[in-house]
Amino acid sequence: MSLSQLMLGPNVVLCNAASQTYPSCNTFTHALSFFNKIEGSQATARQTAELLRSVISQQRVPYTNQAGALIDAVKAIGEQLIAANPVELAVGNIVRRVLHIIREEDLSLTTAAIGGLNLSAVSDDENDDDRDGDSTLSAAAVAAAARSTLRPPSLQTLLEDTPVSAAVPQTSSSGAADKSSRSRKLKHDVIEAVNELIQDIVTCHEQIAEQAVEHIHQNEVILTLGSSRTVLEFLFAAKEKKRSFRVFVAEGAPRYQGHLLAKELVARGLQTTLITDSAVFAMISRVNMVIVGAHAVMANGGVIAPVGMNLVALAAQKHAVPFVVLAGSHKLCPLYPHNPEVLLNELRSPSELLDFGEFSDCMDFGSGSGSPLLHVVNPAFDYVPPKLVSLFITDAGGHNPSYMYRLIADYYSADDLVVQRRATAGN
Amino acid sequence: MGAQKKRAAAAAAAARVSEDPDDLARQPLQAILLADSFTTKFRPITLERPKVLLPLVNVPMINYTLAWLEAAGVAEVFVFCCAHSKQVIDYLENSEWFSQPNFTVKTIESHNIISAGDALRLIYEQNVIHGDFVLISGDTVSNMSLTQALQEHKERKKKDNNAVMTMIIKKSKPSPITRQSRLGTDELFMAIDPNTKQLLYYEDKADHSKGTICLDKMLLAENPSISLHNDKQDCYIDICSPEVLSLFTDNFDYQHLRRHFVKGLLLDDIMGYKIFTHEIHSSYAARIDNYRSYDIVSKDIIQRWTYPYVPDVKFCGNRATKLERRGMYRALEIEQSRSAQVGSFTVIGYGTKIGSNSKISDSVIGEGCTIGSNVLIEGSYIWDNVIIEDGCELRHVIVCDGVIMKAGAVLKPGVVLSFKVVIGERFVVPAYSKVSLLQQPTVHDSDEELEYADNSSGTVEFSSIQGTADQSNGEMTSESSEAHKPKLGTGGVGYIWSICEGGQEEEWRHSVAPIPEDKLTELSEAMDDDQELVTQDRTALSTSGELISDSNASEGDDNEDSKDDSVYFEKEVEATFLRAVEENVKVDHVILEVNSLRLSYNMTSADCAGAVFYSMMKLAIKTPHSSASELQQNTANIITTWQKLLKSYLLEIDEEIEIILKFEEMCLESAKEFSPLFARILHILYDKDILQEDAILRWADEKEGADESDKVFVRQSEKFIQWLREASEEED
Repeated sequence: MSLSQLMLGPNVVLCNAASQTYPSCNTFTHALSFFNKIEGSQATARQTAELLRSVISQQRVPYTNQAGALIDAVKAIGEQLIAANPVELAVGNIVRRVLHIIREEDLSLTTAAIGGLNLSAVSDDENDDDRDGDSTLSAAAVAAAARSTLRPPSLQTLLEDTPVSAAVPQTSSSGAADKSSRSRKLKHDVIEAVNELIQDIVTCHEQIAEQAVEHIHQNEVILTLGSSRTVLEFLFAAKEKKRSFRVFVAEGAPRYQGHLLAKELVARGLQTTLITDSAVFAMISRVNMVIVGAHAVMANGGVIAPVGMNLVALAAQKHAVPFVVLAGSHKLCPLYPHNPEVLLNELRSPSELLDFGEFSDCMDFGSGSGSPLLHVVNPAFDYVPPKLVSLFITDAGGHNPSYMYRLIADYYSADDLVVQRRATAGN
Repeated sequence: MGAQKKRAAAAAAAARVSEDPDDLARQPLQAILLADSFTTKFRPITLERPKVLLPLVNVPMINYTLAWLEAAGVAEVFVFCCAHSKQVIDYLENSEWFSQPNFTVKTIESHNIISAGDALRLIYEQNVIHGDFVLISGDTVSNMSLTQALQEHKERKKKDNNAVMTMIIKKSKPSPITRQSRLGTDELFMAIDPNTKQLLYYEDKADHSKGTICLDKMLLAENPSISLHNDKQDCYIDICSPEVLSLFTDNFDYQHLRRHFVKGLLLDDIMGYKIFTHEIHSSYAARIDNYRSYDIVSKDIIQRWTYPYVPDVKFCGNRATKLERRGMYRALEIEQSRSAQVGSFTVIGYGTKIGSNSKISDSVIGEGCTIGSNVLIEGSYIWDNVIIEDGCELRHVIVCDGVIMKAGAVLKPGVVLSFKVVIGERFVVPAYSKVSLLQQPTVHDSDEELEYADNSSGTVEFSSIQGTADQSNGEMTSESSEAHKPKLGTGGVGYIWSICEGGQEEEWRHSVAPIPEDKLTELSEAMDDDQELVTQDRTALSTSGELISDSNASEGDDNEDSKDDSVYFEKEVEATFLRAVEENVKVDHVILEVNSLRLSYNMTSADCAGAVFYSMMKLAIKTPHSSASELQQNTANIITTWQKLLKSYLLEIDEEIEIILKFEEMCLESAKEFSPLFARILHILYDKDILQEDAILRWADEKEGADESDKVFVRQSEKFIQWLREASEEED
């Protein structure tokens, strides 16, 4: 009984806190509706991070268990954000990244506190290091901190929240005076770290583009499909370094964003050839490298990419052309693509394929059986399995598909993989 | 000082001029949303809930409209509520729409408004509309972008202050069989100037029985080119200038937006206001006008034409729904038996339970419904909290909130069950019937003009009924089943509305059910009849002299066969001639008229002679007569009277031969009474100098080689011909 009450306790508080802290849920719903209108993972990721930053800064931190309160607040909102646009995986990624940041900051603060009271001056530097990769902290220190504070074994956190609240009084005993400064410090550090995350998202194109010269060589032929900001910047960067190469652009039906890309490439003086998607296989033998953008990169190294990409990947494999995927780290998703075509796809309007007026007589439900004979399916994304991908280029460098799990382990903590489920259970 | 001021003023003026476009752009866009359609198409459901709150794929209709307005960049929306205004306002207050940061929703309430025109007049009085606004009704679903249409509207407005309205239209082919659009509305004819996109003609009530539409001749005279469309669909989204509101106030008899306002503006050439159209191609827009359009728009939503306003994308507080394969949308927490079959293009709402062996296809199921086992649901719309017990069958029906269907009940296609109706065990509800807890209002007139009045009285009436209905809800069962013959089975609650006289035939047109096979075949047969009807109609037209010129004008763009032309020509000449006889018109005038006809039909004088002669003979035969000799006498009289007319076309011998041939043809076909008199009348014609002997002889020569059957008349007049021949030889 008492245990279940305890379990319920924090969640109830969380809900109240959430609804009190923000003027109302409506700023949110507005944010949500705004979310649907943003296009592109980068903008969405940035928007999410900024929103979460304001959530954190507005969140009143309780006396005890500040990290827990922040995490709960972020989770509560994160759940709504993810539900608002489940197809845009970047939202979930950023929510998890922010959660991870809170955990890491809290961890580093506690280890600092355990390490010694006068270590607090050093801890700032530590935090910075911490964020970038992991570890000026020794593994032993981390393990100790995890045991004593916020990081109980993951399964346990999934099952119950009690250890968190149980653990905090221990740390809080270290001194009341220290604590108020600490709580302010945690929030401050987290916001700092989130700012840095936002900065990372903003600059990811440049960081990826910096590596362009290493991959694109003189007189090569590059093939790409559709339009991706990352790819565009990548190609420009190579061009600026005086590499001369040619680009084949597959138009990317039905949205034909390849046309836009071709325009932009030509504007920058790149030799560009526009081809139809169906001509990819015919052209691939003349191509030295395929460089494409992605919608999301899954934990197994599979790629969710604009529709038609699987065809390009298969063609590239057939002719042993390297298939390179560019993706900012906000696109790395810690989930596995089970049943991807249904769960992670978006079916867009059929009007992109055909004109409604022309085909309206095919959709006359008035006569006949009442169900139309013409169905139009317009999926937005393809799933490219990891074995077809030769290389990922992220802002952290080039990686093999099989290495993705390692990157993901760096960016996300295992406890946060199920943002939604825990929150819905709470409600 | 003065100079300085002047300069400042000039600068300000300059600034104003330069800012003007910016001003236009900066002015927040307003919209008027009519949350009442002022019709009774959705009865009996709308007696209890306003149309805009009816769920469309599990989301109240008004949310689609508001979500679109918000996305389209509208800053302020005035929701005009009339019927059930309290429900609408309550709903909006509890929704998220009142608290959007950049999107204000205000409600305007009135109870004694009976038409859209009145509503706009009221809004004008409130003086809340300051610039261009979007006029839309709360049952419109769209995902179009307003930017371009708005831009076009503003540019036009800048050039021409009379361009007050831009109407959004969309291509949509009408069904060839039913002569209706997909949405079940009447076929719409529009004449649009292809260059300027100006709307010149609008007709949505084209009379099918007549099979014609009438265009004003001036329309063709004033515009170099006109394209006449019947494949355009009116989306009922209008971008209006503020003048539109004052126009409504000036013309206090404008009620209906289209029938009165649009047509009024098009006809009124004094003020010179113009309406333009903007056609959308890839985006979607449609208005739900009747049950059929409810069905079709629902299906379009499920097929994602309205993207992003689809069930699986959150746009206005709809429940999280997942899209699965083959267009199945499923909300969370659905209990579904393993053996239940849920087919493609189906939406299942939150918390619904589906029993074993039930089959569901092409349907929308609301939230919290309980569906028993062995239930068959096909093409139906089931709203929230409906209980359907085992073994029920529903095909193409609408079932409102809280309905209970007892085991084994069957709903035939086209049935509408209003709120909380209970259908008894194994009861079969006949096709197209409407069942409600409320009794049918006694005043029911299908006449559109009276609908406004009817509507207002209906709402008043309704409130009194509802009072009693609420009180006696419990006892209703026995009461209703005793008081009314059409019971709803054992334990059934509700009244079956009788279908009114006029509506009966229309019922299948506007129902959710697809048009039944027999109706389709009937219609396709009727199509052929229609073709004939058209030709008959033309002849009917020509009998009145005035319309002749008009129909000539419309003839211009038709590509009629020359054969048809000559038939018309003959009829018109006959009509003219008869009129001349009746009204004693001078021969010269008749000649003039026939000449003008001849020119307009591009006929030869031989044709004229034939036609005139034909008319004369027709007249003769129509004059009452008892014997052949009397007929001969009549004919002689007529020929004597009108010989001048006939002679004016007999310029050469060819025309005379034409007359003989015509006469021969008449004797064989239309006027067999003449056949015994052929030779004598020929003689009369010869005597009156209408036919010369040469003509008759040549005719006889020509007939020499013809078949025996053709020679009947030659032989009849053999003596006469013989006599002629001899006479000419003598002369020689």
